[in-house]
Amino acid sequence: MTVGHSLSIEDRVRAIVTAHDGERGRLLPILHGIQAEFGYVDEAVVPVLAQELNISRADVHGVITFYHDFRKAPAGRTEVRVCRGEACQAVGAENLMAHAQRRLGVSTGETTPGGDVTLEQVFCLGNCALGPSVQVNGRLYGRVGTERLDTLMAEADAR
Amino acid sequence: MSTPVTVYVPRDSAARSVGADEVAAAVRSAADRPIRVVRNGSRGMLWLEPLVEVATGEGRIGYGPVRPEDVDGLLAAGMLDGGDHELRLGLVDELPWMRGQDRLTFARVGVTDPLSVDDYVAHGGLAGLRRALERTPAEVVEEVTASGLRGRGGAGFPAGIKWKTVLEAAGPLKFVCCNADEGDSGTFADRMLMEGDPFCLIEGMLIAAYAAGATEGYIYIRSEYPDAIDTMRAAIDIAHAQNWLGEGILGSATNFELFVRVGAGAYICGEETSMLESLEGKRGMVRAKPPIPALSGLFGKPTVVNNVLTLASVPMVMADGADAYQARGVERSRGTQVFQLAGNIARGGIVETAFGISLGELINEFGGGTGSGRPVRAVQVGGPLGAYIPASDLDLPMDYEAFAAAGAMVGHGGIVVFDDTVDMAKQARFAMEFCAEESCGKCTPCRVGSVRGVEVVDRIIAGEDRDTNLDLLEDLCELMTDGSLCAMGGLTPLPVRSAMRHFSEDFLARDAGDRTGTAGRPVPEDAASGPPAP
Repeated sequence: MTVGHSLSIEDRVRAIVTAHDGERGRLLPILHGIQAEFGYVDEAVVPVLAQELNISRADVHGVITFYHDFRKAPAGRTEVRVCRGEACQAVGAENLMAHAQRRLGVSTGETTPGGDVTLEQVFCLGNCALGPSVQVNGRLYGRVGTERLDTLMAEADAR
Repeated sequence: MSTPVTVYVPRDSAARSVGADEVAAAVRSAADRPIRVVRNGSRGMLWLEPLVEVATGEGRIGYGPVRPEDVDGLLAAGMLDGGDHELRLGLVDELPWMRGQDRLTFARVGVTDPLSVDDYVAHGGLAGLRRALERTPAEVVEEVTASGLRGRGGAGFPAGIKWKTVLEAAGPLKFVCCNADEGDSGTFADRMLMEGDPFCLIEGMLIAAYAAGATEGYIYIRSEYPDAIDTMRAAIDIAHAQNWLGEGILGSATNFELFVRVGAGAYICGEETSMLESLEGKRGMVRAKPPIPALSGLFGKPTVVNNVLTLASVPMVMADGADAYQARGVERSRGTQVFQLAGNIARGGIVETAFGISLGELINEFGGGTGSGRPVRAVQVGGPLGAYIPASDLDLPMDYEAFAAAGAMVGHGGIVVFDDTVDMAKQARFAMEFCAEESCGKCTPCRVGSVRGVEVVDRIIAGEDRDTNLDLLEDLCELMTDGSLCAMGGLTPLPVRSAMRHFSEDFLARDAGDRTGTAGRPVPEDAASGPPAP
């Protein structure tokens, strides 16, 4: 992660904090910034943020762990999020999720051993009339059956 | 041939999810004469996406659903002149789906270029704000109250009364917060409005800010909506450049700054006090009420908190007057509601129409029944915390009070259709599982009750002491309803109890290896096994 960066993690975190100077209640925007920069929110940022924002480390830790989005470890190269909301369930989302788990050999929230694919569940992508819906590396896809999911994962892998 | 033909290809993320970007690229590269491609919002006929429209002398002619590989054939058939083709739908405004609606909040969505200032003003934008600025804040509050507009986020609280409380609260700093954490499955209207007509939301927030005396606003958008986030941010920048935001708005003495904040995957942050905590940079833990947010909201200041569609309805209310809005609807449900047809539905999408339409009309006449072609068995209205309604009750009118009387809720008008392969015990289990996953953890009935709920449903499904466990589940539901701090734990029993009441046969014991319900209905393989562990 540090390849190409001469700055220390602490300095990079401080730069993100500075970029949000003057914003009210800025911890969430800062954490989004950290995740965008590092790909996850490392434990090492907790004391830096606590000091910069003048709040306790427990407060920072509490916020990071409350929200599903903030990852403790980097995701795989391809991140697949399968919607398990009711509207997608009505058109076979549970079947699709079971297929993805079998195909990848991982459970929800896990990454394949080589670090290729992370499989996540998500409750609603707002595409409820065109389910089952899946997000692959942030891009939304509708009407995804098992074959289409395999194709999408293969395409993402080839990139 | 010097004037380029305007071709519309939606930029809405639902349209993009089925290939709108690829279609737009194909049209651009294959067109044999100058064209202007507008990436509009979606008309809400999602089963027709990507829906391509061509501006002709007689109006906008639609083609859909278009795949990239269809584009060459469409162009050869003279699509740019509205030529005939098997995908040609005719004049989009004349399609029965569109004609049957009464689009107020969604009047511009799908019609205009979402980020075009000229389009916005040419289609009635800013009329409401200008009319509001000519009145006193108290008069604006009065007008919104008189319109009968109720909160579209689900609770249905009268918007004007909330605004009045904030207006009358003392203090130099007040906020307007837009709840765009549209986490309920089966709802996508907030997203479509933000992607398709972002200035409308900004205008609504401006009117709310003027009426309540607020100078700063936040739109809290869930992170699952990256397109809506980008569009709103771009619209805010444009609005600033137009002096629709900032200081001395439109030459008045009104100042208002507006910011987008992004959620982080917590469903509970759609609850208003949890959202306020999140905006303050904290865990999204629900607050006890009172104090109400109108008096002590964001950072303890008086705060208007409204849903996207509530705020986006305000410009029209102010432009056309309270009477025009009030004239629509039934009983105490006035105006229009933006219904969303979702799940197993042949024609899913947006139906904006006056309150009072029946669930059956929406599902069968607009929606065309299930997508699978099998009979409708259950319909969940109002999101994951809404009741399951059996097919026999589809004559229920869409009206807050009529739904409440039937033990259900209209909520935000999201309608999720299930066909006859659905296993309702499994849906009841999911309601509890979802609550366990998404509870903020502050109150015990929700945090612990939901976990116990999953276990009890599992025992019922396994046939262990069925009657005892059904009683226990009923007891647990009662406790969660009465004892929870907010709607998460308080309403999770609604889908569970409605499933037990209307679909009791699904809760009968199944022998190991018996994959059918006792009514002899086949249960598909994926429905018979429990959902994967979270």
